[in-house]
Amino acid sequence: MNIFVVGLNHKTAAVDVREKLAFNGQKLEEGLMRIKTLPEVKEAVILSTCNRVEMYTNVKDTVKAYESIKDFISEFHGLDRGSLEKSLYAYENLAAVKHVFRVASSLDSMVVGEPQILGQIKDAFEFALRKKTTGILLNKLMKKAISVAKRIRTETKIAENAVSISFAAVELAKKIFTDLSTKSVMLLGAGEMAELAAKHLVSSGVKEVLVANRTYETGCSLAKEFNGRAVKFENFVHEIANTDIVICSTGASKYVLLKEQMHYVMKERKHKPVFIIDISVPRNIDPEINNIDNVYLYDVDDIQGVVDSNVQGRQKEAEKAEAIITDEIETFQKWQSSLDSVPTIIALRDRADAIRKEELERLLNKLSGLGEKEKKDIEYMANAITNKLIHPPTAALKEDAEDKDILIATIKRLYGLNEKEE
Amino acid sequence: MNTGTIFFELALTFYFAATLISIIAFFKSGKTMEKVMLLLVVLGFILHTISIIARYATAGYIPITTPHEATSFFSWCSVLLFLILELRYKIGLLGSFIMPIIFVLMLSSSMLSRSIKALSPVLQSYWLGIHTVLAFLGNAAFAMAFGIGIMYLVQERYLKSKHPSGLFQRLPSLQSLDEINYRLITIGFPLLTLAIISGALWADKAWGGYLRGDPREVWALITWLIYAIVLHARLMAGWRGKRAAILSIIGFLTILIAFAGIKLLKKGLHVFL
Repeated sequence: MNIFVVGLNHKTAAVDVREKLAFNGQKLEEGLMRIKTLPEVKEAVILSTCNRVEMYTNVKDTVKAYESIKDFISEFHGLDRGSLEKSLYAYENLAAVKHVFRVASSLDSMVVGEPQILGQIKDAFEFALRKKTTGILLNKLMKKAISVAKRIRTETKIAENAVSISFAAVELAKKIFTDLSTKSVMLLGAGEMAELAAKHLVSSGVKEVLVANRTYETGCSLAKEFNGRAVKFENFVHEIANTDIVICSTGASKYVLLKEQMHYVMKERKHKPVFIIDISVPRNIDPEINNIDNVYLYDVDDIQGVVDSNVQGRQKEAEKAEAIITDEIETFQKWQSSLDSVPTIIALRDRADAIRKEELERLLNKLSGLGEKEKKDIEYMANAITNKLIHPPTAALKEDAEDKDILIATIKRLYGLNEKEE
Repeated sequence: MNTGTIFFELALTFYFAATLISIIAFFKSGKTMEKVMLLLVVLGFILHTISIIARYATAGYIPITTPHEATSFFSWCSVLLFLILELRYKIGLLGSFIMPIIFVLMLSSSMLSRSIKALSPVLQSYWLGIHTVLAFLGNAAFAMAFGIGIMYLVQERYLKSKHPSGLFQRLPSLQSLDEINYRLITIGFPLLTLAIISGALWADKAWGGYLRGDPREVWALITWLIYAIVLHARLMAGWRGKRAAILSIIGFLTILIAFAGIKLLKKGLHVFL
């Protein structure tokens, strides 16, 4: 039995390949059942997200299994093997364990430390559990991967601090304002990044969205999207007096908001703080405005700078996480080697011997006055009973059986041989 | 050793432990650390309160007239406000700023003479309690506003410089800090006002005249004026945020200068304090 991982991710395959190989919806169940029926595969879990498709399996022979899994994928998704092989990677045993731990802990993600992957791993595992395609090896592996990911999240700061522009904007807003649900945001102009930032602010609870666009109609339809209100572009300076966050992306070639105007606005709003994000290139807002008290102006490079330093911070935490993973692989390895049959045979033997000796001693103490021959006979009988009792399980363990791992686990459980875990 | 002294020493020990934890918590953020620190402060505060009551029972007057008593009582007021702030706003990091200062105050208090002196006839009045407790509570509120003001400036610097790092994540938002600062001044200001009025009434009764030109009185009025400006400018001209923070820092520095200056000159009616 070998843990074997086959898959592809955002590093090895472009999105057009990844989407062709995705196991979504109905395909997941079908794929999982099919892969489980491959002769080489004893257990299987399929993880399919937008950034990766991976198959975690327990196989007899990794070389043979790799071939049959590749055949299965190309047939299932209707892809020729040549283009498939370029994108695939495969790991076996300890390398596979390490890979699964790293994926669950989000160290292998496009954005290191992102939180979604752990949930996706849990879902994939639960689905496989429900479909009964896993056994003791994968169950242990997946549970361990989830607990390793949790440990890394509590012991390192890998998931702290925003690493995208729009999340960084929300994070900054939260350090200026206490409660975003009493604040309003104005979208000045439109643009993908500006809208995304506005969306994140809305989902963080911002009270109201205003949209000012040079074309009023465009503004209206955008406002509708946000359940907000469109205002005339000519009036936007006045509107800032009642807005707390401004996201600007107009595509104008010169400043649309000047320092003198902002001085006037600040007086109007009684110097209440205002957060202005200028995503446009070239910049649309006079950078001098940042020097006015209670105005916090960030252009796209400023926010990118915040993101970059957060990414660096995560990188440092990722090193700590790798150390934790090395540590956890060791404990997993210990557990796995305990599944081997030789230690189980020895443990069974020891157990039987211990019981025999204990019972013999007790009996011989009670029956004082026995001769040497009687003692020998009693000992002989005790020996014969234990030997005959443990012979069939020992013999079964020595056979090269298909379901050896299950057998070992069962025998350990029946005879109470489980050493304490961790 | 009498009861008051024993409890004072115990309180000092707890504050010391809390200070150590608060320093560790500053470098290694963690909720458990903060909780342990708060628990230690609460226990220290209870012991401290008992020590003050015990001393009151022995001396027969509110223990606030010798330097030892005054620093101890001022620390008590500050801890009280700190606990209220923690309860209300849960800033966490605040303890790392406040507790070391409180510990130093308590330590210096412990090194000053603890003998109980008979009150001079002038001080034997119920005005003593009213005037001093008001003044001390007011000043403690201004001290907290000073600390919060510094936190505001630090956080503002992070945001304006566009390189948020270090304590940025753990400091509260600017709006919170500004609100807490304002709240503290609105608590301190009426207390200071009442302290000045009660002082004037007492002076009139003792010496026959509301104002005696005592440097302490002059400085108290200057301080009062500064905080009056803070509040007025905020309400009328929208002086909030950075300006309010700076003013509250200036205000407390004035209090410190006044206190230190009068002590050094040893002049005026407040010599005993």
